[in-house]
Amino acid sequence: MSTSTAAPPTVVNFTVDGRQLSAPPGTLLIDACKRAGIEIPAFCYYEGYSLQAACRMCLVEVEKMPKLQTACTLPVMEGMIVRSETEQIHKARKGTLEFLLTNHPLDCPVCDKGGECELQDMVFRYGAGESRFTEIKNHEPERQWSPVVFYDPARCILCYRCVRACNEGMGVGALGVTNRGVVSEIAPNMVDHLDCDECGACIDICPVGALTSNTYRYKTRPWEMQHVGTVCTHCSNGCKTTLGVRNDEIVRGNNRDRSGINGEFLCVKGRYGFDVSTNEERVTSPMIRINGKLEAVSWSKALGFVAEKFRSVSTAGGSFGVVAGPHLTNEELFYLQKFTRAGLKTSNLDHARSGDLVTLLDALSGKTDALATSDDCYNTKAALVIGSDLSQQHPFLAFQLRADVRHHKANIYTVTPGPVREAKYSAQSIEVPVGGEFDALRNLTETLKGEQELVILFGDSIKGQRVRDLVEWASGLGIPVKYVCLVDYSNSRGAMDMGVMPNLLPGYEVDPHPGMSLGQMLSHETLDVLWVVGANPLRGKTLASKQAFVVTQTMFLEETSERADVVFPSASAYEKNGTVTNVTGQVQRLKAAVRTMGAKTDLEICGLLAKELGLAVEIGVWSHDVVFKEIHKSVRGYNVPLPILITGGAAATNPVNGRVAVDVRIEDIQSAGDTLFTSGELGRYSKLLTSVPEFPGALYKR
Amino acid sequence: MTFTPETEQKLQAIWSRYPAGRKRSAVIPMLMYAQDETGQVTQEMIAEVAKRCEVTPLQVEEVVGYYSMLNKQKMGKHHVQVCTNIACLLMGGEELWHHTTKRLGIGHKQVTADGLISLEEVECAGACSWAPCVVDGYEYHHHMTIEKLDQLLDSIENKVQ
Ligand code: SF4
Ligand code: SF4
Ligand code: SF4
Ligand code: FES
Ligand code: FES
Repeated sequence: MSTSTAAPPTVVNFTVDGRQLSAPPGTLLIDACKRAGIEIPAFCYYEGYSLQAACRMCLVEVEKMPKLQTACTLPVMEGMIVRSETEQIHKARKGTLEFLLTNHPLDCPVCDKGGECELQDMVFRYGAGESRFTEIKNHEPERQWSPVVFYDPARCILCYRCVRACNEGMGVGALGVTNRGVVSEIAPNMVDHLDCDECGACIDICPVGALTSNTYRYKTRPWEMQHVGTVCTHCSNGCKTTLGVRNDEIVRGNNRDRSGINGEFLCVKGRYGFDVSTNEERVTSPMIRINGKLEAVSWSKALGFVAEKFRSVSTAGGSFGVVAGPHLTNEELFYLQKFTRAGLKTSNLDHARSGDLVTLLDALSGKTDALATSDDCYNTKAALVIGSDLSQQHPFLAFQLRADVRHHKANIYTVTPGPVREAKYSAQSIEVPVGGEFDALRNLTETLKGEQELVILFGDSIKGQRVRDLVEWASGLGIPVKYVCLVDYSNSRGAMDMGVMPNLLPGYEVDPHPGMSLGQMLSHETLDVLWVVGANPLRGKTLASKQAFVVTQTMFLEETSERADVVFPSASAYEKNGTVTNVTGQVQRLKAAVRTMGAKTDLEICGLLAKELGLAVEIGVWSHDVVFKEIHKSVRGYNVPLPILITGGAAATNPVNGRVAVDVRIEDIQSAGDTLFTSGELGRYSKLLTSVPEFPGALYKR
Repeated sequence: MTFTPETEQKLQAIWSRYPAGRKRSAVIPMLMYAQDETGQVTQEMIAEVAKRCEVTPLQVEEVVGYYSMLNKQKMGKHHVQVCTNIACLLMGGEELWHHTTKRLGIGHKQVTADGLISLEEVECAGACSWAPCVVDGYEYHHHMTIEKLDQLLDSIENKVQ
């Protein structure tokens, strides 16, 4: 015990290879070196996960320390003198590699990892091409653990990165190590197969080709792909994904370059759910119902036919209903709402609502800085999840909270109708039936008053008045509180921001001529036209109007298209340019990775229809850049810094901060309750998602 | 899974030695006592120990895979381990090993047809000062010779007859 009152040092000075460096105390030597541009090789060390010190590649010389030290576990110390590349170190690393290669098959020419393999790179750097071992290599056959994950024990270098990524990163813990010495290998949780999130994080983090994915293995050499950074189309979390594209086909999804809000994180949908775009059931030609059957026709015929119908209904003063999907881009949504309001002269416009952001914005009126971003979920000192199975429904936000617990010792509280994964690392988890949330919250009040700040994430059970009650309760805690109103899909948030609602214009301005909501349109018995863009409102629902002329823009012939008179083939999000806004209000750019197969983007289809109707001048050019400029200029909150967007970053929108005085029909707000393995209208068309044994999964389990 | 009252008592005793949240420390001894009863580590046992020690079955599996004294195959009533590590090797451990395999007609990690004896060639048993050493179950036999080994095996075989 020291009696000194001097403050602990805030910076430590040390020397690496003769260079004077400094870093905050507690920094690991390997990180400090990296920041200074000095590379220390490492297999087992991985930033953000627990230390393993298993591989001995990071050995360095430290003066006054008798033996070589592992830079991955050594915190920097005042006056430390380090050498990172000496003959002795070179020899040690070469020796480590020689050991690793004793049983390694060296099948680089056919290995998925060849060309981006960390082992290959190290052998290239340190030699060890020849081996003194003449014994026969230990060989174990490759294993398939799930429709996603394959493991090749012979290639495994036992760095345990996969084990930690699964356990700490995913909170799943499906991977372990079995046996000992040269025969040790990675083992799955179900003896010979996996029961897990199927996220593929283990595959991506593997430095060698020991873990491979079914979608990518033996398909291509890494250098033959182009890499297109875009945004995952599945849930509202908006993870950036870098698609590997070869011959106009997406062969891989990952985010190893850590660009984007999600760093390396992706769930099974983001990493493998791109196969929806190549499903052979895709609609590839416009169709018109002739004698009760949908027949393929030319674009000009279909467009002319629809325009004709729209014109006659309009002239006769008939009623239109327009439904948009939650996967469309902001540009498409904005254009469509303009088309509907300015062109069709109606506000019968809606989308499937999944969270009550509108009431939240109203309740927060006057409070600044009250909406949390995905970064806040990682940095907050405390978070409260209400009514959502976060790991299932919002995988990235759940990942952020787990990382927050690991790195910042955050306190997580959950109030949910069933058991959730977060309970394992939460400070307190309460299970209450829907409706009883506020009793649980009152029990937490005193505890939460002791926190320094709080991020509240709430699901669709908190809507209408209950949102106001929540805000009022939280204001009474006396600490800064930020909110995330959880919504379902990749652009559910954008659909609200762009005014695809019957009573709100873009930027949450009150529509002076409110129209019908989705539910009202479906039950309207004399609706003349139902125009559905990228949605499937008739799944499990019926359209009351027998006379309605139904037009869909869709990727697949789903329930709504079965009722449609005209079907237009639309492009998937992987085939589009534009922007989407995630659950935490961050806008990001979509970039087309592959070409459309006979399909057009919804923006283009809407634009061509506008042209046919002679409305093109009024509604504007259907180029995503032009429409975005208009959004940027006119929609409140979207005045975001463009350089962030253009460079593939996420720009936080700044929505209204005043009253949003409309009635919210809470019966229209309901989350679809998707799990990790379902994705609304898209999931059933992903062969991979439907093939994993965990499909369709259930909420509030594990 | 249920155990005999004696085994259950041993398991409880071990388990209660560790404070809440640290029950995982009991995994190895619990597995050993449970294995003593059934002669092998079964999947059911792994699940049971995992549940009691608040870890995942996979984490117990890791332990079973790592430690050679935990066996997933059925062992003999008597598990005879002959040390051939360095000290014992110098003092004739290897001869003892060859003699045993010849006499019993079985090899490393194998069991006699009647299920009475299983054999294992082990690394240092921690009794180097009294090498060579042979272990029968938990019982150590020091300064082993071929004659003493034969007597041991005789007595095992006779005990049952
Ligand atoms: S796929 Fe994901 S959840 Fe499954 S073992 Fe790998 S890291 Fe764990
Ligand atoms: S499978 Fe890959 S990540 Fe996992 S231990 Fe082996 S080499 Fe490391
Ligand atoms: S968390 Fe959501 S956005 Fe991220 S990869 Fe999964 S489905 Fe896509
Ligand atoms: S990186 Fe330091 S031991 Fe593996
Ligand atoms: S070498 Fe046999 S007991 Fe140590």
